[in-house]
Amino acid sequence: MNKPQLARQKDASDFASIRADFPVLEQQIHGCPLAYLDSAASAQRPRQVIDAVADYYRHDHANVHRGVHTLSQRATEAYEGARESLRRFINAASTKEIIFTRGTTEAINLVTQAFARSTLKPGDEILITWMEHHSNIVPWQLVCEQTGAVLKVAPINDKGELELDAWKKLLGNKTRVAAFGHISNALGTINPVHELCAEARRRGIATVIDGAQALPHIGVDVRSIDCDFYALSGHKMYGPTGIGVLYGREEMLQRMPPWQGGGEMILAVNFEKTVYNELPHKFEAGTPNIAGAIGLGAAVAYLENIGMERIAAHGYELMRMASTALSAVPGLRLIGTAENKTALVSFVVDGVHPHDLGTIADHHGVAIRTGHHCAMPVMERFGLPATARASFGIYNTEAEIDQLVAAVGHAKEVLG
Amino acid sequence: MDIRQLYQDVIVDHNRSPRNFRRPETIDRVAEGFNPLCGDKLHVYLSVTDGKITDVSFKGSGCAISIASASMMTEALLGMDESEAEALFSDVHRMLTESGFAVDPAKLGKLASLASVREYPTRVKCASLCWHTLMAALMNTGAELALVSTE
Ligand SMILES: Cc1ncc(COP(=O)(O)O)c(C=O)c1O
Repeated sequence: MNKPQLARQKDASDFASIRADFPVLEQQIHGCPLAYLDSAASAQRPRQVIDAVADYYRHDHANVHRGVHTLSQRATEAYEGARESLRRFINAASTKEIIFTRGTTEAINLVTQAFARSTLKPGDEILITWMEHHSNIVPWQLVCEQTGAVLKVAPINDKGELELDAWKKLLGNKTRVAAFGHISNALGTINPVHELCAEARRRGIATVIDGAQALPHIGVDVRSIDCDFYALSGHKMYGPTGIGVLYGREEMLQRMPPWQGGGEMILAVNFEKTVYNELPHKFEAGTPNIAGAIGLGAAVAYLENIGMERIAAHGYELMRMASTALSAVPGLRLIGTAENKTALVSFVVDGVHPHDLGTIADHHGVAIRTGHHCAMPVMERFGLPATARASFGIYNTEAEIDQLVAAVGHAKEVLG
Repeated sequence: MDIRQLYQDVIVDHNRSPRNFRRPETIDRVAEGFNPLCGDKLHVYLSVTDGKITDVSFKGSGCAISIASASMMTEALLGMDESEAEALFSDVHRMLTESGFAVDPAKLGKLASLASVREYPTRVKCASLCWHTLMAALMNTGAELALVSTE
């Protein structure tokens, strides 16, 4: 594994100017500067994204693909321009492969309902992993109920890493789909997606990657990964809420029946037969979240401008510094210590319930997430009802880690 | 607001050493409460003889607010009849949710230390979980486990 090192001095000042792009961060909470350490739940938006959305509404809004008038043309160009930005960002072969959705959850549901539901037979198997977010579990359970397919779960080890040998053994001749997260939101583990996809490809098994936590932190190239589907959420990567993308290999998408019916997804309708629209519109029924897509396009431009390598190094470095600092706190245990990990730390503290820690940290201006992180099986695997999680974004600083460590110390004092 | 207003000494003490924290050998009435948001889970056990609560205990895991609330609840309930227990539930519930509610320390005793929880809307469920579970246990005269969820 390569562990990128920060050229600390110079980059620290560059990242300070990045922080200044985020107006929401300039505030005090309970009299302390806000340390927003909850970007894995939802990241904040830079001025550039906020402005792109506002400008669109101020100057260009109309429905897309429907009018010959100027505003409709502008809105269509901006919306399709955003699609091209997303294509470039994840290196898809064509914009036909970029379907706008409400987010990762809807993207995975699109795969389960349009792809899996129409192809799975009773007894067919779907392989997921023990570290999945509920949105990469429940849609598969639903499609299992609908088709009689069987859900298999690959185990993880005590460090929170996928057990590769077990995963490979679970790929059998009945396995039709393998679905897994790129980066775990509860543990920070980075899965070896290239290797997993290569293994699945050799056996003709379709692959579905939940990339919600990956896009904000590492460069993603869907063609190099060689997956069939890849899902992402705008709000985790500094874009708006309510917008996300399903990438699907064109060949797969062509074969799939539409998912939702309505306007936009058709070419011609009469009561005998409806002709579906071309990709990607076939899967985008109804007026889409135009402003959301434009905001997401602006977020992509923002990230490209900084450069994903620097962003990856920053997230890794913050995770490493936080791990070191927190490990020094007596009674604190890190949950998820994978070799290949980034951008967040999950932990528990003896005698301090995560929920109490969350409230006390908030009094220090520190926003962390506490609970099961929508990954109850992970909690069960580690025998915990909940953990505290500090997750990092491009605007976070070493000083905020100190603020977190001080808050943890105070929580121990209050409850000790 | 000072965090010590929320985590008062009584609360910290009851969290550190919860009272009546046990599962009785024979179970008369029981209910299970679950807060899916934070994973808090607890059982409340009651023995009711001649209309009076003769034993009350709890078992489970949760944050300091939920453990302290349950612990103080068991202390307060012992010896009460069912209607007194219901009245206490209603007072505590109002204290946790109504901003204008004047806490009467004579009536609520130690439980009045939970009044600040009202200022933390996300934490109200932590304090009230055991009380909702209590109500379910009171009504649960059969052998089945009654389930309460805060969602
Ligand atoms: C790993 C992972 N997958 C899926 C999701 C769901 O994303 P969304 O709620 O944006 O659909 C999240 C975020 O909550 C996540 O962290």
